[in-house]
Amino acid sequence: MKLKTRAGSVVFDNVTKTYGQGAVTAIDNVSFTINLGELVTLLGPSGCGKTTTLRMIAGLEHATSGRILIGGKDVTQLPATDRDVSMVFQSYALFPHMSVAENVAYGLSVTGVAKAEAREKAEEGLNLVGLGGYGSRLPSELSGGQQQRVAVARALVLEPEVLLLDEPLSNLDAKLRRHVRTEIRDLQQKLGLTAVYVTHDQEEALAVSDRIIVMNRAVIAQQGTPRELYEQPQSEFIADFIGDANLVDGEIISIDGNHARVDIGGAQCNLRHRGQAKGPVRVAVRPDAVQLTGLAVIAGDVHVIETSLKGHITHAAYLGSQMQYSVATPIGELFVIDHRIDTPIIAGEEVAIGFSERGMAVVSAE
Amino acid sequence: MNRMLWFWLVIGWIGFAILPWYQQEYGFWTLEWLYDGYPMYGDYAPAILQTIIHQKFWLLSIAAFLLVPLALVRTGRDHPHYARILISCGLGGLIYLVGQGFFVGISGWGFGWLEAMFGPLDVRQYGLGYGAMFVAASLLVMLCTGLAAAGAMRGDVFVTSAIGTVIALVGLFVFFPVARIFIGSFVDIDGNLSGVAFIRNFLDDSIWGLGCLAGGVCGVAWNTAFLAVLTAVSTTLLGLSFALVVTRTGFRFKKPLRVLTVLPIITPPFVIGLALILLFGRSGAVTQFFADLLGVEAGRWLYGLPGIWLAQTLSFTPISFLVLIGVVEGVSPSMEEASQTLRAGRWKTFVNVSLPLMRPGLANAFLLAFIESMADFGNPMVLGGNYEVLSTEIFFAIVGAQNDAGRAAVLAMILLFFTLSAFAAQRFWLGKKSYATVSGKADNGAHVGLNPGMRLACYFTAIPWAIFTVVLYGMIFYGSFVKRWGFDNSLTFDNYSDAFGVGWSEHGIVWAGAAWDSFWTTLNISAIAAPLTAAVGLTTAYLLVRQNFRGKSAFEFGTMLSFAIPGTVIGVSYILAFNVPPFELTGTGVILVICFIFRNMPVGVRGGIAAMSQLDKSLDEASLTLGANSFTTFRRVILPLLRPAIVAALVYSFVRAITSVSAVIFLVSADHNMATSYIIGLVENGRYGVAIAYCSVLILVMLTAILVVNGLIGQRRLRREDRVEATPDKTATGNLREKHS
Repeated sequence: MKLKTRAGSVVFDNVTKTYGQGAVTAIDNVSFTINLGELVTLLGPSGCGKTTTLRMIAGLEHATSGRILIGGKDVTQLPATDRDVSMVFQSYALFPHMSVAENVAYGLSVTGVAKAEAREKAEEGLNLVGLGGYGSRLPSELSGGQQQRVAVARALVLEPEVLLLDEPLSNLDAKLRRHVRTEIRDLQQKLGLTAVYVTHDQEEALAVSDRIIVMNRAVIAQQGTPRELYEQPQSEFIADFIGDANLVDGEIISIDGNHARVDIGGAQCNLRHRGQAKGPVRVAVRPDAVQLTGLAVIAGDVHVIETSLKGHITHAAYLGSQMQYSVATPIGELFVIDHRIDTPIIAGEEVAIGFSERGMAVVSAE
Repeated sequence: MNRMLWFWLVIGWIGFAILPWYQQEYGFWTLEWLYDGYPMYGDYAPAILQTIIHQKFWLLSIAAFLLVPLALVRTGRDHPHYARILISCGLGGLIYLVGQGFFVGISGWGFGWLEAMFGPLDVRQYGLGYGAMFVAASLLVMLCTGLAAAGAMRGDVFVTSAIGTVIALVGLFVFFPVARIFIGSFVDIDGNLSGVAFIRNFLDDSIWGLGCLAGGVCGVAWNTAFLAVLTAVSTTLLGLSFALVVTRTGFRFKKPLRVLTVLPIITPPFVIGLALILLFGRSGAVTQFFADLLGVEAGRWLYGLPGIWLAQTLSFTPISFLVLIGVVEGVSPSMEEASQTLRAGRWKTFVNVSLPLMRPGLANAFLLAFIESMADFGNPMVLGGNYEVLSTEIFFAIVGAQNDAGRAAVLAMILLFFTLSAFAAQRFWLGKKSYATVSGKADNGAHVGLNPGMRLACYFTAIPWAIFTVVLYGMIFYGSFVKRWGFDNSLTFDNYSDAFGVGWSEHGIVWAGAAWDSFWTTLNISAIAAPLTAAVGLTTAYLLVRQNFRGKSAFEFGTMLSFAIPGTVIGVSYILAFNVPPFELTGTGVILVICFIFRNMPVGVRGGIAAMSQLDKSLDEASLTLGANSFTTFRRVILPLLRPAIVAALVYSFVRAITSVSAVIFLVSADHNMATSYIIGLVENGRYGVAIAYCSVLILVMLTAILVVNGLIGQRRLRREDRVEATPDKTATGNLREKHS
C-alpha cells in the first residue's frame, strides 16, 4: 500500500449560506472543527443543510458569509477544482464512457500527472478497495457494491486532505450496506484519513463515526460522540432523531449536584439535570427503558423503579426479536420495546409501568 | 490560465497588424488579396497600415486597447488592477471598434449630424473583415477574462467567455437585425426616418381592412391570422388522433405511422404544394378525372385559402403528431388506472382525467402550428393565388415592383408581433401549467385503451389522412418522371437529365445539368453550417443546464427567440442589417451560414438541454472535485456522453439548412444560389417536372444522410442503455431520438 495520506483538518467559522437573495437560508451561522484523521458524520433529516455543508467543503457551493479552512488554509473563495478534497457521490458519478481504470486515473490525468504514473496509482487504488484486475471493465459491468468501491478508489488516489462521502450507501441494499460501511471505516482508519460523511440514517452514523454533528433547520442541533448523543440528548429533537424516544412531561423536585429528582407521573427518578432549573421539564424515555408488568405477573427486576403508574396496552406487535407495545397512560401514549418475547402481554390488558434510569434524559423543550 | 490570455492577445495583434482589416470584394478565402497589392493597397491593408498610409488615423486608438494588457504579461493575476485593466480595455475596445464602424461609413460620416459638425469627410470604410473579427474576438475574451477575474462565475474564465460569446453572437445576429427592422419600419420610401411613413404603412387598408366581412377582401394581417388558426386547429386535431392511434390502440401498423413524423424534416417546404397541384390543380389528375366524369369546367379552387390550408395541414400535422405523442405518453398510466379503479369507464376516464392532463400539451401543439403556419413561406408562395399572407407580402414588398423596404419592415413587424405573442404565450403561460407526469420514477402499468367510439373516430381520421399523405409523396416521385403533367403523361428521364445531367469530355466529368451549381452550393453551405450550429447550440445548452448566473432566464429567452422569428422576417432583417458597413455580408456565403446557424440554433439548444438533463449533475461535480476545470469537464465528460445528441444536432441542422427557403430566398446571390430558391424559380417558370425531380433528389439525399447517421447511433445504443442508470427516465431520451431521427 503505497498511497500516502496528507490528512488535513476542516474548520467552519460562522458560515452562512443563503439562496435566492437571502430568501432561503440553507446554513445559518454554523461553526465546527473536524480534526485530523477523524471521521465525522453530518446527520440530520432531509433539508437540514447537511449536504449543503458537505458541498461547501468540496467547493461545489460557496459560503454567503463566514470562513472555511482546510488544512489551515482559507479556501472560502476557492472553486472545487482547486481544493484538495475529493468526494464520493451518492450516485457514485462514475463516468460511464470510461473504463474503471480510466475513471480512477481521471483525477490524476487532468491534474497533469504522467500517464504511466497515473495508471500505476490507479491500479494501486483499485487493489486497495479489492478490485485489482477490474480496471478494463466499464462501470456498468460492475455490481452496485463494486461501483461504490470504484468511486472510493477514485477519490482516494488523489490523496486528498479530506475525503467527503455523500450518503455513499444509500443505493445499496440493506445487508450490503452494513458490510460496506465497515469497509469504509476500516480503510479510513488504516489510512488515517480525515473524512466527512453525510447520512440521514442514524444507525449508520452511530456505527461509523468518531463524532457526529447533528443538524436541524440549518443549524447544528448537537455534536458529540455516538454515545454522548444517544445517552445524553440535549433536546427533544436529538432524543427523537437518534433512536426512538418517548417525550413526556416531568417535574424537577429537588437538585443535588449534577443530579435531580424528577417526578414523572408520580414515579420518581434520579437523572442528570443538565442545567435545567426546578420546575416542569421534558424527559426523553427510550422505548426499552419502560418496563411493563402485567398486573397478574410479579416483577423481579431490581433496576426497575417501582411506580404507581398504570396504563393499558392499546396495541401489541410481535417482531421476532422483540415485542412492541403502545400503552395508554396518564402521562400520554408510550411506545415500548420489550425483549421478553416469551411472555407477551395482550392488547387491552392493564399494566404497571416502571422506568430504567439508564435510558432516560432530561432534555430542553423546543 | 494566463497562457490563454497570451494566446488571445496574439490573435488580437494578428488581426490588427497582419490580416486585412476590411472585407475583400472577392472574398477572403480566394486569397486573391495576398498577391494583389497586400499589404499596401487600401482594400487589403491591415489596420496598422491603414492608419499610416490611408489616413484612417482613428484606427490607431484600437492599438491602445491591445497594448495596455501587454503590461499584465509579466505580473499576470498578481497585478493589483488585473481585472479592471482587462475589463476596461475589452469593453472600451469593443465599443470603440463597433462605434467607429457606424460613425465612418461607405461615404464618409455615417450620420448626417456628424457631417454637420465636422464638415465632409472624404475617407470611406467598407465592411469589417477578418482582421477586425480577430481583434473583436480578442477584445471579447479580454473582457470576459477580466470579468471572471473580478469574480464573475466564480472566476471561471471558460464559462464566462462562453456566456460572453453567445451573448455577443445572439446580440449581433438576432437582436441587431430585429432592431434594424424596427428602425426600418420608420423609414419612408426616400430613406428618411419619419413616423408618418410608419403610420401610413401600418394603418394601410391592405393590412387591416375588414372588407371580407362585407363580401370583399380582408387585410393581409387578418388573412394570415385566420389561416394560422384554421391550420392550428386542424393539425392539432389530426395530430391528436394520430397520437391516440399510436399510443392507445392495438393498431397494427404503428411503426409506418411513426415514420410520418420524419417527413416534414426532410421535405422542402413547397413540395406538398407542388404535389397538390399535380393532383388538384387545373390539369391535376383528380381534377381532370372529375372534369371528364361530370363534364364540368376544371376549377381553380386550389389556389387560395383552401389550397394553402390543405397544404399546411399536410405539412404540419406530422409535427403536432410528434409533439402529441410525447403529451399522450406523458399522462401517467397510474392516474388512468386510479380513475378506472374508482369505477370510471374508459370514456369517462379519457374525458375527465386524460384529456385535462393533456390540455397544456394540446395548447402547446396548437401554438406551435400557429407559429409554423404564420412563418410558412413555401406553400403560400406556390398555392397562394389571390389570398395574400404576410410572409409572401413581405417578399413581394422587397423583390417586387414596389421595392419598398419600409413597407416590408412594417409587415415584418406585424408578423413578428403575432409569432412572438404566440411564443410568449407558450413559454410564460403554458410553462407554468404543465402537468408533466414524467417524474423519473419508474411508472408501471399500461395506458388505458380508447373506448370503441373514440377508436373508430381516430381510425377514420388518421388512417385516410396517412394514406393521402403517402399518395402525395408518391405523386412527387411519379411526377418527376412525367413529361408534362396533364398534357403529355408519357414517362421520361428528361427532368433528371435537365437538372443533373453528367457528361464526359477530354477534361473529365462535365457537370452538365442546370441544377449542379446550386446543389453543390447547398450541400457545401449546409455542411459548414451544421457543425457550427451544433457547437453554438450545445454550448448554450450547457450554460443553461449546468451553470447558474443572473439573467439566465433572459439569456434563455434570447437564445430561443430566433425560433419564433419567421424566416421571411429574418431574411428582411438581415438585408437591412448586413447590407452596409460595418457589417457588410449580403451576397456572401457567410451570411447564409450565419443565417442557418441562428435559425436552427434553438433546435440544437433544445436537443442539448434534453440530453444534458439526462446526465446526472454529479458527473460534472465529480470531475470538478477531482481537479478538472470546467473546460476539461465539458470536453472529457459532457461531450463524450452527449455524442448521440451531437450527431442528432448535426444531422438536423444539415437537413434544415437544405430545406430552408423563407430566409434564404432573400439572401442568395448569383455566386451562392441555394437549391430551394432555384426550385422556386423553376416553379415560377412553370417547369414543374424539373422542380419535382430536383425535390426528389433532395429528399433522397437527406433520407440517406438520416439513415446513415441513424444506423451509426443505433449501433451505439447497445452500450448506451446501461449508461442511463443514474436517471431511469427513459421516455425523454426516446422522444429526443425520434424527434431528431
